[in-house]
Amino acid sequence: MTPTKFVGVGNYLDMLSDPAFRSSLVTFLAFAVFIVPTTFVISLGAALLVARTRVMQSFFRSVFFLPTACSYVVASLIWKMSIFSGIRSGLANGVLGWFGVDSIPWLSLADPPWYWLVIVTARLWLQVGFYMILFLAGIQRISPTLYEAAAIDGAEGWKVFRHITLPQLRATSTAVLLLLLINAFQAFDEFYNILSTFGTYPPYARPPLVYLYYTALGSGQDFGHGSAGAVILTLIIAIVAVVQGRILRLGDRGE
Amino acid sequence: MAIVRSKRQSRVTGWARYSALVVAALLFLIPFYLLIRSAFMREQDLGSPDFHWLPPVWETSNLTGLFDNPAIPMARSLLNSGLIAVTQTVGVLVISGLAGYGLARIPYRWSNAVFYTITATLLIPAAVTFVPSFVLVSTLGWISTLRGLIIPGLFQALATFLFRQFFLGFPKEIEEAAFIDGLGYWGTFWKIVVPNSMGFVAAIGTITFIGSWNAFLWPLVIGRDQESWTVQIALSTFLTAQSVQVSQLFMAALVAIVPLLLMFLFLQRWIVEGVERTGIAGD
Repeated sequence: MTPTKFVGVGNYLDMLSDPAFRSSLVTFLAFAVFIVPTTFVISLGAALLVARTRVMQSFFRSVFFLPTACSYVVASLIWKMSIFSGIRSGLANGVLGWFGVDSIPWLSLADPPWYWLVIVTARLWLQVGFYMILFLAGIQRISPTLYEAAAIDGAEGWKVFRHITLPQLRATSTAVLLLLLINAFQAFDEFYNILSTFGTYPPYARPPLVYLYYTALGSGQDFGHGSAGAVILTLIIAIVAVVQGRILRLGDRGE
Repeated sequence: MAIVRSKRQSRVTGWARYSALVVAALLFLIPFYLLIRSAFMREQDLGSPDFHWLPPVWETSNLTGLFDNPAIPMARSLLNSGLIAVTQTVGVLVISGLAGYGLARIPYRWSNAVFYTITATLLIPAAVTFVPSFVLVSTLGWISTLRGLIIPGLFQALATFLFRQFFLGFPKEIEEAAFIDGLGYWGTFWKIVVPNSMGFVAAIGTITFIGSWNAFLWPLVIGRDQESWTVQIALSTFLTAQSVQVSQLFMAALVAIVPLLLMFLFLQRWIVEGVERTGIAGD
């Protein structure tokens, strides 16, 4: 556990030139490209629908919010063993069967990468309610006089959304995008639980944290490289956060 | 004419909106339905090629069998999860509450420096610190102990930040009255401030409890021995094991989420507030 030799920036250079580390960054990017826009659009859509609903509003809100209480492990279990089970009794293959389509081995193939569908939908289900609540709070803060003014000007539907709701939600949207990105960057639970079988994880689809987990705590126990990787990842996240101006806003709040 | 059309239009969009909501709600409930259905299925019905909407036979022995299964320490892991979640929730509330109050109210030369240091750590995602944290905890000899699982999670920068912001907005006149009555900071905090902040405390508390109960990476790294498994680790081990009785696995998952579903049912208001407070810090 005690460092035996000071290697300078050696570990950092090793990490940056390690194809497995770089491929974990590519995996994160692919994951983010799927999960960030879909979660954003669906949670905003759910918030808009729920906000305008009077009858049973709290029921619908609770239904979308309920998965927030569920753990990634339990969701992974339902997705892996029930919805996307490779056999006919899995829900997805059962539905395909009604249309005469052959069963798809969702998780056992690297190519075509059906596993992305499983992983993305699981996280989507778990997260949408959380961000819907944030959007709902944002929508409720929009002054009704803005909508009244728009109604007098004859604006409705899409125009109201485009020119009033969306600009008024800018602060919420920025925060939601940043949170989605940071959370996608830290994805671990569903990858680990959905993709590993019999205690082994496939060589592909390793996002940064899964990669770090196996580097630092796997058979290698390579804390030096693991820590260097963690520092590099932290720097990437910090840069993204600074670019989004979050530091400035957090600093201003206190005054 | 225009008014009539827009009325009909709004009725059409109203119907479209409700249909979309109902379809989406059903989609969101399907996983819960599958979980409950599968937990009460017999193993041979789960594996059969036909999809069953309801269990042909309601099998309750999955529940009793679960607690008799020596491979999965279900009772022990539930106890561990409960202990960890309760102590972490209470600990975070006390530590972050006191720290937040001190930063908000007690004049001190370094209080801004301390506050900005705490705020700066918010930029470091907790998950990437797991390697150095693991090295620290294992040096202390806390691997596979409740101490190792609980203590590192007691110091939450976000909760401290939120408590400070909240106490800054607490009506100062009330505190001043308490000061005149001879209560110091300590007495004012416990006798005046806390009883009048229970809504906020409940919001932070419920969110902390959920996060703690559902945590996975840290318990996976620290909980090496079976005796120190949380319920999430027990489930995960069960899920990735060689031979699995799937129906029992679903029953285990159902048991694992029941406490949170109950909490959700009774405390949803505070959970919603907690999400609003923690999601967009200080907004």
